[in-house]
Amino acid sequence: MMRKLLPFVAILLTAAGPQGPVLRVTVPDGDGWLADRDRVSADAVNSNCLACHSAGMITAQPRLTRMQWGETLTKMRTVYAAPIAPEDDAAILDYLAASPS
Amino acid sequence: MLTRRTLIASALAAPAAAQINLGFADNGSRPLTSEFPQKGEMILQRSSPPLLETPMHVFDVSDFTPNSQFYVRWHYPFPLQIDPARHRLHIGGHVNKPLSLSLADLARLPRHRVAAVNQCAGNGRGLFAPRVVGAQWANGAMGNALWEGVRLRDVLALAGLRGGAVAVRFGGLDAPINEGAPDYEKSLPVDHALTDDVLIAWKMNGSSLPLLNGYPLRLVVPGWYSTYWVKMLDQITVLDQADSGFWMAKAYLQPANPLADIAPGAPAGPRVPVTVMRPRAIITNISHGQRLPPRTLTPVRGVAMGGDHGVKMVELSGDSGKSWVPVQLGPDLGRWSFRRFFGALALAPGQNIIMARATNAAGTVQPLAQNWNPSGYNRAGVEPLAVEIG
Repeated sequence: MMRKLLPFVAILLTAAGPQGPVLRVTVPDGDGWLADRDRVSADAVNSNCLACHSAGMITAQPRLTRMQWGETLTKMRTVYAAPIAPEDDAAILDYLAASPS
Repeated sequence: MLTRRTLIASALAAPAAAQINLGFADNGSRPLTSEFPQKGEMILQRSSPPLLETPMHVFDVSDFTPNSQFYVRWHYPFPLQIDPARHRLHIGGHVNKPLSLSLADLARLPRHRVAAVNQCAGNGRGLFAPRVVGAQWANGAMGNALWEGVRLRDVLALAGLRGGAVAVRFGGLDAPINEGAPDYEKSLPVDHALTDDVLIAWKMNGSSLPLLNGYPLRLVVPGWYSTYWVKMLDQITVLDQADSGFWMAKAYLQPANPLADIAPGAPAGPRVPVTVMRPRAIITNISHGQRLPPRTLTPVRGVAMGGDHGVKMVELSGDSGKSWVPVQLGPDLGRWSFRRFFGALALAPGQNIIMARATNAAGTVQPLAQNWNPSGYNRAGVEPLAVEIG
């Protein structure tokens, strides 16, 4: 209940102008955990990828090849310093390249 | 905090969300959500950091996009609590007098308002053929608002630019989780930063910015893509050399031609930062694949933007672009604003391909052929819609 009320109350308080009171909101937790695809486990993706972005970033993508997913994984690691365990790379790519069930 | 237990609990409690089909070649179905603070019904592209798209029918109603349905795009996590009394805008770098301004300080400067389109550089990326990686927007990563605040130029004058200033860099309160990831910062060339219409805004359509749209301050750069409209703005740094940071030098780059157009698979060639938007017209009262009853004239409405100039003309075609008829334009709210259009087409029973195209005041015509680049930026061609009559 509080979760729903807080943003609304805050909006009322700040309607006055640029120096109004504190605005505090809550946002949804995420898009949930990814489910396994056929027999390919989602564990490696759930544990390595979802700390920085929710599952929707993955499930919204068009069909990509394993090589394209590999480029994305490299970008996450080199540009965004994602602490992806190297030994999980194969399991991550197996999952991402598998067809959604 | 994301934990397995809370996620399972919320998944069990939530009813199945209504879905919307965005018309992509594949994987175009998305949930609708009303779970985000200060937001009504939005298309959920990603919960965190949030990517929320505006449903197309919202643009069909008014010249300005309601704050409650204005799209949302964050790269990194951001504070969920803002105390405007404690917020400070720091101005430093190549200036005579570094400053730390409160919102009250800013409010003492002359106020300015501008109606302007804010559009993600990747708006329409999900419609690219072939498909490309990234946020899979349809055409709802855009909106038009009346922005109110102070001129960036007036704020920079308080600090005083030193000779040799080249660029002005902007940063906000959002921050990456991982140490070593590049903070989200964008720059404008100093000449552009000093133009009249670049604002530091705290109001949008007469109200405070929603937190998800950058409360308490955001940069407004009319005519330029939203990547420059830094949200929760708290840092302005004047540079005496070009910004070599990741978000200017490595990201948001497009092929170095005005349409950002290359053949799929061709070498990328030289690239430049995405900057100015292109003229576009988007039909808002009919969706792709919709079936409509036969009528002498089928009403066709939408919104147009001129990019970096005003909208001069919008035309409609009911025959895949072979012939065009003009439409009536709505009120002119200025060079940077949406301009709504109201027209009609005589459509025969069966399948029809309808199109709208915009021409801006500089004479730039929206091309029939769709442009393409591997990042999905700067979508500029007309959007064909299939309509079934009967």
